[in-house]
Order: sequence, then C-alpha cells, then structure tokens
Amino acid sequence: MDFYFGLAQIIGVHSLLGLSAYVVLLTGQVTLAQAGFFAVGAYVAGMLTVLAGWTILPALAASSALGAVVACAVGFPALRVKGLMLVIATLAFGEAVRLFFFNFDYQVAKGGVKLGPLGGEGFRQIRYFPENGWTTMDVMLFIWTFVVLAMALLWWFDRSRYGAVLRAVGEDELAAQSVGINLTAVKVSAMTVGGAIAGLGGGIYAHYTTHIEHASFGILLATFAIAYPILGGLGSVFGTIVAVVFVQGFLVEGLRFLGDWRNLLFGALIVVVMNVRPKGFLDAPTLLWIRKLFGGKRGAA
Amino acid sequence: MALLELKGVSRHFGGVRAVDGLDLAVEQGQIFGLIGPNGSGKSTTVNLVTGLFPLTAGSIVFDGRDFGTLATHLRIGRGVARTFQNIRLFGQLSVWQNLWVAQNSPADHAKRGFFSRWLGGQAGVREEISRLLEFSGLAHKQDELAANLAFGEQRRLELARAMATRPKLILLDEPAAGMNSEEIAQLKDRIVKMRDEGITVLLVEHVMELVMGVTDRIAVLNFGQKIAEGTPTEIQADPAVQKAYLGGETV
Repeated sequence: MDFYFGLAQIIGVHSLLGLSAYVVLLTGQVTLAQAGFFAVGAYVAGMLTVLAGWTILPALAASSALGAVVACAVGFPALRVKGLMLVIATLAFGEAVRLFFFNFDYQVAKGGVKLGPLGGEGFRQIRYFPENGWTTMDVMLFIWTFVVLAMALLWWFDRSRYGAVLRAVGEDELAAQSVGINLTAVKVSAMTVGGAIAGLGGGIYAHYTTHIEHASFGILLATFAIAYPILGGLGSVFGTIVAVVFVQGFLVEGLRFLGDWRNLLFGALIVVVMNVRPKGFLDAPTLLWIRKLFGGKRGAA
Repeated sequence: MALLELKGVSRHFGGVRAVDGLDLAVEQGQIFGLIGPNGSGKSTTVNLVTGLFPLTAGSIVFDGRDFGTLATHLRIGRGVARTFQNIRLFGQLSVWQNLWVAQNSPADHAKRGFFSRWLGGQAGVREEISRLLEFSGLAHKQDELAANLAFGEQRRLELARAMATRPKLILLDEPAAGMNSEEIAQLKDRIVKMRDEGITVLLVEHVMELVMGVTDRIAVLNFGQKIAEGTPTEIQADPAVQKAYLGGETV
C-alpha cells in the first residue's frame, strides 16, 4: 500500500507544479520559471523547519509567499517579452536559481550535527515528517489537501471574471488591450499566483523527499511543469491533474515492467497523445460537451 | 468642441509615410467617414488613435485631453473603442464571456467594487450584457463559443464587445467587409442606433453603399494625407477624390 501512497505523493506535488504553470499558460505565456519558484520554496521551507524550528504550516505559508514575491519580481521584466524570448528568459532565471543553490552553503550545528544546505551536496535531513511520526498516508493526505485547495482556488478563478480575462489575454493580446484590459497587470498577477502555488509545492516536496539538491530543479522539472497543462488542456484545472496522473502514474510507474523500452515509449506516447488531442485531454469543446451533458450553467469557461 | 482632434498626426514606418500630417476633427454625435484607397493610412489612423503604435509627430486630443503616450487600455478607459478589420474575437470564450471581459469602463468597475472587480460574480452586469446581446441579435447564441459563430454573427459580436466598454467614440475598421447588402442595411441601422444613444462613430470603410448612406461628414485619405473633406454629396463631386479612386489624369 505504501507504494501507492508514495505514488500519490509524487502525483500530488507534481499536480501543484502543473497547476502553477497552468495559471500562467492561461494568459498565453509559456514559462520555464516554475522549477525556479519550486526550488526557492523547497529550500526556504526546509531551512525554516530544520534550522529555525518552525512547524510545517507557517513554513509552507512562508515558502508560498516567497514564491509569489519572486514570481512577481521576475514577472515584471520577463513578461515584457513574448513567445520564444520569454521561454529563454524564464529558462535563464530557472538556471540562475539552480546555480545559486549549487553554490549556497548555510550550515548550522544542531545537537552536534551540522545541518542545512551544503552547495552541490544538497540539503539533507529535512526530517520534519518522520520526527513528528507522520505516516506515509498522513503525508499523502496532507499533500492532497493542498492540491484540492489549489484546484478550488483556480476553479473559482475560472468561474469568475478574472478567469475569463486571463483566457482573453491568452487568446489575443491585441484584442484584450483594445477592450481595456491591462495586459501587464493580468500577466504579472497570473505569474504571482503561479509562483505562490509553485513555492508551496516546493515546500512540500522538500519535506516528503527529506533531501533536496540543485540537480532536482533543472530544466527537466521545468519542462514537466509546463508539459502538464499543455497535455491536459487549458479547458479546466482537471485537465492538468489528468495529465499528471497519465505521466507520473501511467508513463513513469505503470510502464516500469517494460524496462529500457519505457523511456522510448514515454516520448512516443506523448507524441501520440498530442496528435490525437492537439488541444489537450480537456479542451474547450470537450468541456462544453460535458457541461451540456449535465445541463451546466452559463458564464463558466 | 471636437470630441476627437488629430493635429498634424504622422506615422512613418522607416521611409514609408503611412500617415503624414493628418488633421481631423470629429464632432460629438457625428458619424464621420474615413475613406481612401488601399494603403492610404486609414487603419493606421485607427491604430494611432487607440495607441497601438506611437506617433512620429503630432498630437491626438480626445474629450479635451491629450492622449500623449497613454497606454491602449487606458485610452479605452477614457471612452474610445474599436473593432478590427480582420475580426479578433476571443474564440474559445463564449459569446456572453466576450462581452463580460470587455466591461472595463470606470462605471462598470465602480459598480463591481474594488475586490469583486476581478473576482466577483456577475451581479449588475447581466442586464447590460443582455441589452447588448439584444442589440446585436445574438441573444440565442450567448453560450456558443465565439469561434463557432458564422461570419456575420462574429462581426456583430465584435461590435457589441466594443459597445461593452461604454465608449464615447467608436472606431469601426471596415465593418462591412464581406457582407451582403441585407447585412449592410442592418449594419447601417445599428450604426444609426449607436449614434442615437450618444456614441460618436468614426467609420473606416470601402463600401460606398454604407459610407454615403450613413455618414454626416467624410474625410478622404490618399498616401497618408487628407485630400478632401466634406459632406457625402460634396465628396462624390470632388475631382481630387475621383482621381484618387479612378486614377484619372490631371487635366
């Protein structure tokens, strides 16, 4: 059973990462910065519980807040550029964060043991969960509480005018500003919300793995982050979750019996899915169809 | 006093003088036509008024205040709205949502209040959207995705979306392109109805059937410069205009 709880933990954390990219992608911005915000959240939350002795909830609140602040600060200059230029700019930011943590030493002696981030060695012994006697199931439920909260937040956005405005900007920036929408405010706010969710996800990730290092937050993680909402479709937050389950549950874990063939099939299946569902699993027409099936309401995307 | 006044407005793209020293005054409550051959600078003028490009020279005064280098969304907030020559709707939003996101006027923001400006529900805006849907004859299509509408319906939705910003002045960039004469007659009615509601209209158009029938005053552009201005009857009789359109020789 623990295997499935562990898998659910991975899916939960990656869902937060995917949701953070989903918000930004709604405004049409392809960002590779999410792994950077995730890394900031991971290191900050880990240092707060291990070195400062905070409990987990305030530490996660702080990592989420810092993720938001960093995203807002990065968003202003980065969102002046579009398309491929933005991809490069956010990629550069992500790498800068990774290299910062590669060189970041801050160790404090606690009960005769030195703890804290140690550059390339990583940050070991983030043992808040085991020290407090949390079981794998506790941790999994804890993670999914936050996933559900983040989904509820984004689902509410989607029902509100803000969600429609985000999508309007994603569809056509020129038309959006020509009906009076402030593009900078909309894009930076989406980036900030995304940063808060990524920071939260990073904080949780640090605690369930108990050991983080710079290499975990590289371009691969950034690519996964943006791949989830693209694969899942922008019609609904549920699309991103479906994509995470598909990638982490089916492609990564479910196909393990194939051995070396798995990696080959991994890429091939993603290509197949993108061809069969070019706008993702849950695109706008699919959702409209589902909604009509249940006699849904007007005004929601 | 003129609602919109362009003084010596120029926009050069490298060596191309898309608009060159244009003076224009659109009075409150007018339907003002802007015509000219292809590439004469009509659409560029619309883009300059809404601030999509900066001016090379000159100034644009709207409602008594200079636009300067004001950002596009702030100009919309002051009461300018536009439609596009090639329709630009939010295709994956519903018809209803297309109007919803366009409600950015100070009056609508005030109605929603600070917090609910973005996150609030639909209170107080339904009536206005219903009115616009009625105006454009799209009430039965409100839940359709904008991308799935027929061409004529898309044009009507775009007009309604511009109206949703509560403009004082609306810039219509070739609204009749691709329409049949029945649709043009309907469009003419809508433009007159908009004027009767107190909205000033700047109509950029090729279709003479529409321009001559509906405008109070017309300016003619050629190579970025104004070559004539007057009532529709005066313009039709103007030799410079005939030459620009028909390519006649100077006598």
